[in-house]
Amino acid sequence: MKDTVEPYVTDDGRTIGGVLMDMRNITLRFGGVEAIKDISFDIREGEIRAIIGPNGAGKSSMLNVISGFYNPQEGEVWFRGEKRPQMRPYQVARLGIARTFQNIALFEGMTVLDNIMTGRLTHMKSGMFWQALWAGRAEKEEVENREKVERIIDFLEIQAIRKTPVGRLPYGLKKRVELARALAAEPKLLLLDEPMAGMNVEEKEDMSRFILDVNDEFGTTIALIEHDMGVVMDLSDRVVVMDYGRKIGDGTPDEVRGNQEVIDAYLGVAHD
Amino acid sequence: MSADFLYGIEVIINGLMAGVLYALVALGFVLIFKASGIFNYAQGVMALFAALTLVGIMEGQVPFSHLINAIFGTEVHHFGWEVPALLAIALTVLIMIGFAWAVQRFVFRHLVGQEPIILFMATIGLAYFLEGVGDLMWGSDIKTLALGLPQGGSLAVEEWTAGLGGDDFYGFFIDKLDMIATIVAILLVASLIIFAQYTKQGRAMRAVADDHQAALSVGISLNFIWVLVWSLAGIVALVAGVMWGAKSGVQFSLSLIALKALPVLMLGGFTSIPGAIVGGLIIGVGEKLFEYTIGAPFLGGATENWFAYMLALIFLVFRPQGLFGEKIIERV
Repeated sequence: MKDTVEPYVTDDGRTIGGVLMDMRNITLRFGGVEAIKDISFDIREGEIRAIIGPNGAGKSSMLNVISGFYNPQEGEVWFRGEKRPQMRPYQVARLGIARTFQNIALFEGMTVLDNIMTGRLTHMKSGMFWQALWAGRAEKEEVENREKVERIIDFLEIQAIRKTPVGRLPYGLKKRVELARALAAEPKLLLLDEPMAGMNVEEKEDMSRFILDVNDEFGTTIALIEHDMGVVMDLSDRVVVMDYGRKIGDGTPDEVRGNQEVIDAYLGVAHD
Repeated sequence: MSADFLYGIEVIINGLMAGVLYALVALGFVLIFKASGIFNYAQGVMALFAALTLVGIMEGQVPFSHLINAIFGTEVHHFGWEVPALLAIALTVLIMIGFAWAVQRFVFRHLVGQEPIILFMATIGLAYFLEGVGDLMWGSDIKTLALGLPQGGSLAVEEWTAGLGGDDFYGFFIDKLDMIATIVAILLVASLIIFAQYTKQGRAMRAVADDHQAALSVGISLNFIWVLVWSLAGIVALVAGVMWGAKSGVQFSLSLIALKALPVLMLGGFTSIPGAIVGGLIIGVGEKLFEYTIGAPFLGGATENWFAYMLALIFLVFRPQGLFGEKIIERV
């Protein structure tokens, strides 16, 4: 069933559609070092796709290729059925691919609300003149954007800190605000770079719940990188496993768990 | 009210108006520094260049006429027409935007990610280059800027305020040009603030000033924003150049107004727009008041030349980040 590109319905009732993003034979080099070696995989509409692997496996590089921060030397990136030319990160963002960062990149000087509003920038179409006057189409647009942002704030349960400058927030909440900003863009593909890194158990549980809810409620396709194996296996529909820049496994969490090469490279502890 | 007290107030009003101009120059620095981390040494020369261009266009001067004459043996200097002030201002703004684009395209795009000191050196080069281009385009003679702005003390203010004091008080002496400069500067600052707060481009500008990576991830083009801030800095430079040029002629020394902005920046912080404004006002009022109360009676006068720098030095010792600047914390 999952080998075809026909839509299918998961056990928990979500519909997984056709291929949204197709990475074909991606190779990325830094000088003489090959960070990614000839990797292909796809991301299907509506699914939660994980990329896992030990430190230095090239997971973050892969995410940076998808989001346009790196341009691969070889290979093709296909998005929504079209080959994507070389692009800069802001152009990729305008295509509808939003992301978060492993080390959190927020606008520290702005409030939570203003941070999330920046996620709406690509959706603002009215003229600068009208925006300055807060009139005409700009006013209507601003009200709509505010409503969407407020909905996300409610959804991620951060109402209490709406007006707080982000610089003052604890780590876990910052991660949530970053997720909110990415969501505000209403992305077709949401990239999460180690969303649970550095969190305590409770925060991890919260974040897992939010990721599942986002996928379920908004139907957002999510690709995430994660270290924490347990979390990944519970969350994702399909998993890509990387090691030393190569792809060593690809499939459902159960399939990957049973793959001997994956066990040797990464899950060594689980194999006795 | 005693005459001494009223003259003190007059000094403060004049100080505030001088301060607004200082703030305007400092604002040009802050805009670029916040968005790109570049300390733009060329800001003063940009003011000179903008003023030169404005005068040149208004008088119908042929740009590069000396060069053209030298090469082709011609004798062209003027087109023979005069351009109305408003049209000339619009054209100058366009030229400053073109300059901003060129600076980004040919200089700073190739220096992305370099050390601040290298970016700073590049702006020093830019300053001398622009100064040379200004000379070559419009000639190096002193020009008068005839925008038709009123000059001299305002009689209306003098008569209106004369009744405040006794027989020995003749009313406030307030320069009309200073009043206009103040109004223009306030309008410019207000529109900048509205632009930054409410427009998409302004919000993107603030985002870039805060975090480049995050800005990219929400679809903001850094290049576009950098051209934008250099354009805004060019427009601010034009206004500063016009106001200063109308006072004392458009000549090379105009580029030295940038030096006056340095103490303002040290006071207000390099990253704060309100800081630049408040810093400018404090320096403007401070130097006039110091001259009036201490400088002229006890120190032989002319303290305005150095007071601002001394104040800045004191600030550097006790509060290096300025009044509103972000606190400098070095992680060890």
